[in-house]
Amino acid sequence: MQLPAKMIHSLFLVNSSGDIFLEKHWKSVVSRSVCDYFFEAQERASEPENVPPVIPTPHHYLISVLRHRIYFVAVIQSEVPPLFVIEFLHRVVDTFQDYFGVCTEAAIKDNVVVVYELLEEMLDNGFPLATESNILKELIKPPTILRTVVNTITGSTNVGEQLPTGQLSVVPWRRTGVKYTNNEAYFDVVEEIDAIIDKSGSTITAEIQGVIDACVKLTGMPDLTLSFMNPRLLDDVSFHPCVRFKRWEAERILSFIPPDGNFRLLSYHVSCQNLVAIPVYVKHNITFREGSSQGRFELTLGPKQTMGKGLEAVLISSQLPRGVLNTNLNPSQGTYNFDPVTKLLSWDVGKINPQKLPSLKGSMSLQAGASKPDENPTINIQFKIQQSALSGLKVNRLDMYGEKYKPFKGIKYMTKAGKFQVLPAGTGLGFKKIIQYKYRTKHTSLQEGLNTT
Amino acid sequence: MLSMSTNNLSYSDQGGTDSAVEVGQETTPTSSNAGAGFGLFSVDFKKNEDLKEMLESNKESLKLEAMKRVVGLIAKGKNASELFPAVVKNVASKNIELKKLVYVYLVRYAEEQQDLALLSISTFQRALKDPNQLIRASALRVLSSIRVPIIVPIMMLAIKEAASDMSPYVRKTSAHAIQKLYSLDQDQKELLIEVIEKLLKDKSTLVAGSVVMAFEEVCPDRIDLIHKNYRKLCNLLVDVEEWGQVVIISMLTRYARTQFTSPWKEDGVFDEHNERAFYESDEEKTRDETEAKPYMMDPDHRLLLRNTKPLLQSRNTAVVMSVAQLYWHLAPKNEVSIVTKSLVRLLRSHREVQYIVLQNIATMSIQRKGMFEPYMKSFYVRSTDATHIKSLKLEILTSLANEANISTILREFQTYVKSQDKQFAAGTIQAIGRCATNISEVTDTCLNGLVLLLSNRDETVVAESVVVIRKLLQIQPTQHSDIIKHMAKLFDNITVPMARASILWLMGEYCERVPKIAPDVLRKMAKSFTSEEDIVKLQIVNLAAKLYLTNSKQTKLLTQYILNLGKYDQNYDIRDRTRFIRQLIVPNDKNGALSKYAHRILLAPKPAPVLESAYKDRDRYQLGTLSHTINTKASGYLELSDWPAVAPDQSVRNVEVIEPEWAPSLGKTGKSKPAKSSDDKFYSDSGEEEEEEEKGSGSSSSEDGSSSSSSSEESGSDAESHVQKNSSQSSEESDKSSSQSEKSSSESDSEKKERKTKTPLQKKTVKPTAKDGYHTIMEHIFNEESWTYVTKNQHTKTIFVNVINQHSVLQTFSYSHWSTLCVSLFTQLCPLSLAFPLQLSGPAFVPEKSHDLLHRMTGKGLSAQYQFPRQPCLYQPTMVSVQISLTNTTDHPLEQIHIGDRSPTGLNIHCFNTIECLEPEASVTVFIGIDFNDSTQAANFQLCTKEDHFSVSIQPAIGELLLPITMTELDFRKLLGMNESSATITMAAENMTSQPISRPVATVANLGMVPSSQDNVHRFAGKTASSGAVVLVTVELRESSTALITINTEKSVMGSMLLRDLKLALAQT
Repeated sequence: MQLPAKMIHSLFLVNSSGDIFLEKHWKSVVSRSVCDYFFEAQERASEPENVPPVIPTPHHYLISVLRHRIYFVAVIQSEVPPLFVIEFLHRVVDTFQDYFGVCTEAAIKDNVVVVYELLEEMLDNGFPLATESNILKELIKPPTILRTVVNTITGSTNVGEQLPTGQLSVVPWRRTGVKYTNNEAYFDVVEEIDAIIDKSGSTITAEIQGVIDACVKLTGMPDLTLSFMNPRLLDDVSFHPCVRFKRWEAERILSFIPPDGNFRLLSYHVSCQNLVAIPVYVKHNITFREGSSQGRFELTLGPKQTMGKGLEAVLISSQLPRGVLNTNLNPSQGTYNFDPVTKLLSWDVGKINPQKLPSLKGSMSLQAGASKPDENPTINIQFKIQQSALSGLKVNRLDMYGEKYKPFKGIKYMTKAGKFQVLPAGTGLGFKKIIQYKYRTKHTSLQEGLNTT
Repeated sequence: MLSMSTNNLSYSDQGGTDSAVEVGQETTPTSSNAGAGFGLFSVDFKKNEDLKEMLESNKESLKLEAMKRVVGLIAKGKNASELFPAVVKNVASKNIELKKLVYVYLVRYAEEQQDLALLSISTFQRALKDPNQLIRASALRVLSSIRVPIIVPIMMLAIKEAASDMSPYVRKTSAHAIQKLYSLDQDQKELLIEVIEKLLKDKSTLVAGSVVMAFEEVCPDRIDLIHKNYRKLCNLLVDVEEWGQVVIISMLTRYARTQFTSPWKEDGVFDEHNERAFYESDEEKTRDETEAKPYMMDPDHRLLLRNTKPLLQSRNTAVVMSVAQLYWHLAPKNEVSIVTKSLVRLLRSHREVQYIVLQNIATMSIQRKGMFEPYMKSFYVRSTDATHIKSLKLEILTSLANEANISTILREFQTYVKSQDKQFAAGTIQAIGRCATNISEVTDTCLNGLVLLLSNRDETVVAESVVVIRKLLQIQPTQHSDIIKHMAKLFDNITVPMARASILWLMGEYCERVPKIAPDVLRKMAKSFTSEEDIVKLQIVNLAAKLYLTNSKQTKLLTQYILNLGKYDQNYDIRDRTRFIRQLIVPNDKNGALSKYAHRILLAPKPAPVLESAYKDRDRYQLGTLSHTINTKASGYLELSDWPAVAPDQSVRNVEVIEPEWAPSLGKTGKSKPAKSSDDKFYSDSGEEEEEEEKGSGSSSSEDGSSSSSSSEESGSDAESHVQKNSSQSSEESDKSSSQSEKSSSESDSEKKERKTKTPLQKKTVKPTAKDGYHTIMEHIFNEESWTYVTKNQHTKTIFVNVINQHSVLQTFSYSHWSTLCVSLFTQLCPLSLAFPLQLSGPAFVPEKSHDLLHRMTGKGLSAQYQFPRQPCLYQPTMVSVQISLTNTTDHPLEQIHIGDRSPTGLNIHCFNTIECLEPEASVTVFIGIDFNDSTQAANFQLCTKEDHFSVSIQPAIGELLLPITMTELDFRKLLGMNESSATITMAAENMTSQPISRPVATVANLGMVPSSQDNVHRFAGKTASSGAVVLVTVELRESSTALITINTEKSVMGSMLLRDLKLALAQT
């Protein structure tokens, strides 16, 4: 009798058309018919994203993630924290992406041997073994065009000739014997702002997701410390395992022996409303009149609280109502485009000059006889601000211990728009008024116009 | 074709545990496979033939090419088993990639071809003895993955051996192999538990996660195995790799629930519910309640909570979730909310992660609204969310709703109702319904809003609204005839059967409130009866019956008409219902008795439906588990037990003296460093008598290492133990890494006697003579009653005891004698940090150089110098001993010289005894021990006299943090797998010629020589004082006066620093 073994039993890779194109078993073979339950769920789901991540079947449990339009379906036989499996599967995808540049069905099929070697190293008996990309790269060299050519000619291999040592040390994320002629360490502070702004320009929600991505190419075993001017901003953070928790808690200093190459040092979140300065404002007026076949469209945007840094790569997009047949708009700068099929309006604004604010004005033609559209469209904005982190986070200094040479150190800041939406004027449901009437006394501060997205 | 299909069949049979259900399901894919295979079949067949040839060829590249294709076949799920004989021949190949691919193949097919698989076993057995740890580990991995029952004994042997391998990586592999063997053969359980027990004692962070995994799989009920390792696991946790953390945390959660009393309230779970009912989410009151009763949290309980908290910042979502569930299940109520922020953070991760986290939050938010209310906005639905995410967010928002935030939530809900995703819109309407029932203030508002939705263009929305309105009206039936009338008006436009049925039911139920409309509706229904859906028909029959009872005058004929229609309906249920209703309401001779009660039967007051969360009962499963996610018990789910009413014996977690170690715990020395791994043989040898004494004597670990003196914090359970007589004994405590630090005394009788004889010594005061330096150190040792040692070597003991007896003799001991004695004792008593003995050796060379600690000018006449005598520290093995010479250059005696404040605060210094008086021009030499924690960070402390304090600091060279060890050349080579740093240098001329290379090396670092078989290679070995990590140095002399210095140590930072120092010393300047 076989006991139901814990952890990951098998892995199936399924493409969007429902074909299994790779399978890997870490224990006894599980028949691929187990995926029928998955296919059933896949058929039932209206969108690919709607397949439930956990599917119980009579004898197994299927836990799947969907990335790059490939389902990674893990087969589990007994109780295991589902996040454990999900996190691992995402780690697998990240590794594939790291190795092959893209994670597509074609890339996986082309590199099936490397994929198999990787999966073999990443799990032992269903339990994660080596998931650090530094270690894996030492074990299995990522394929490059050059190496593939050389391999075919010389018959040499992708598998590392030397056995890795990192896994055996106290610094399992770093390989040993790292050597560079130019020692450099770069840190990118990248912040994404997610916000919902209502028509009057007041912020409904705003939060910043920040990450510090590092590219560290330093010889030997450097021990780095990174300190901030304003560490108090970082109260909601998660770290790469190399960061010493204790030191952070005591001194608010990031102390770590970095992995070699690219890695995400930490990610953080700033949610407090008043800390988040909204760098852009939008004035817009989109109106449809009942009975008329014309609608008016006006939109102006300008910078606000950008600390002197310019807004770049500004892109406005909006999903216009179904009733809109076409648009006749006039941009003051940049180019605009309206797709009459998908009803998607996009306007590539480019750079914003504070002296001459960009605007887009004109009319929309509506389907004759159609009733006035239900909702006004929301406006999505994308932009970039170079050399500035919106939260105001500043790195104070970077020091290196343990090695003698002087590394080149660099830091870069950038802000991007994440999910940045501006809401239209409200056309809410009737019962909003009842509620507001009832609660006006209690909640006078709550603004009208919150009611549509 | 025939062979192909048999292959497929056998393939599906291998599913093993798959049952008939799946086999039945399998027909489709199998046949489609076969169909797909058919076209390729002839080609495949040929391909396989040429694969065989390639595999049997002499060319590596051809073999490799063939294996790559074979692996491709396996990956596609195609059968490649007939190649087994050809593949297995290559198992001993030198080419690493080829070998790996053969391993992949073997693991996949060995089960099917057991006899042939046995051919490969000897290769692995050989590899298990390989000097390279990685080869040993991979051999064990593959060997244990071959699921062939016949090799169980071989596997067992291999696992046992690997479990005591000196490489932690191999030990980790052996922990994985335990699970594999167990699933292959459960009869091995007892033997495997022994191995697990052994591995649980392992101190390597690499091993911890894997062995706990094995524990969970093989013997999760053997909680007794955890006791002794509990504190160690807690302390190691931060440094364990992330996957191991998850496993350990979930195991410790279960453990804690069996070992500690409830921090919530004295009487446990029942009250938990009460609280909820009475106080809702009112945390303040809960806290008061808990504080009112005396509850003392077990320090071990606190230790677990404290050590898991930093992991909330892990990037691994599974780790964060497991800490969150630990807090949920173990922490006092007022502390649980610290996990909130981290959980909310996870919501920005991948969709699948969000799904699991939201599920858990849904369960949590039912019990503890307060936890998530401040983060309400994080649960607002975005249009891009997947359906299952949306409905979970809705669920949470509904649970969070209260009087204060309901208007915000309802406004948010309104936008959801308009969503394109109709399933979600319907869910929102249900949520509105739930809010309306939960919060009575908004019931009317919600009801009105829902009524407005009835005129919505979308059918699903309307239908759902009707259903929800029906439920709401049932809860509050008074004065809602308006709404019922309104619904009756809309009735013609509503086409969804469920909604129509609901309206009809409402009409019937409240027909007395709408006396005019109801019969009219019935009339319309009579017309359309035949074209209605079944559920609608049933409700028409119901409505007719109810109206017949209340208003028979107007509806008698209609009812009879409908009943007649129903009688001939195609559906059984409707025919049955019709028959039943007719018998019930239409009085006739036979059933008169029943029809008397018809009114009461049909129009009985009906209990209102309860609208509650689907997550209400989920809390019976441990959060974060698969069972919680699927809301059924998954196989292998381990129940979380209730808190015990009375805590089991706490002392079981105390760690006994496990290894013979010389640990005189002098005074309040604060933290003692962990001793390295235990050695059972030693232990049992040390005699029954001692063992018994040790049992009760471990001192309990107390709060964090920051407060160093804790003698008063001893737990009561230890009170009886004889050790308590020695108050100084109890001052030990565990700090971050010391779970096994407690050393207790275990004197034999003879020693006790000795103590009496030496008591007078304690009163001796220090005379300021030069010799007294040695005297002082003696004082330190013999002063204390509690100096302890355990040894199997009775001979040494006697010598030592004699030494004590003849105190006068001691005075004449020369320094070198003394040190030799110390070293020899140390060597015998020192813990063994690895599987094979690391013999401490005497220092090869003691540099005379002394450093200024305090200049006489700054010290107002007190001058101090220090040097490193390179002796193992007597006080604690993890300390470095420092010799300090104090001289009084003033013309008046200095009194009360002692060590004051130190920094960093955690710094562990063993001070010298206060020197009461130092005469003018006199000097005294004292010894202190400093635990530098394997870093060159300076130890700062204050040197105090009666009047003054002088801040001084000792900065050790890296070489002084080491202790020399001896080992054989063979062992040395075996250990070389550690991190390596190396450099080539040009030797200084004098180093090449005038003296052996050992001299400059020994000057720089306190290392021992290792005999070398080659003339030009010199080897040195040592271990770090604090953590006992081995440091190996190789100096290879090459031609033209260059040399290659290689340092191997797992302390990579130390390695590179040592390399720098050695380069300086050896290189040409």
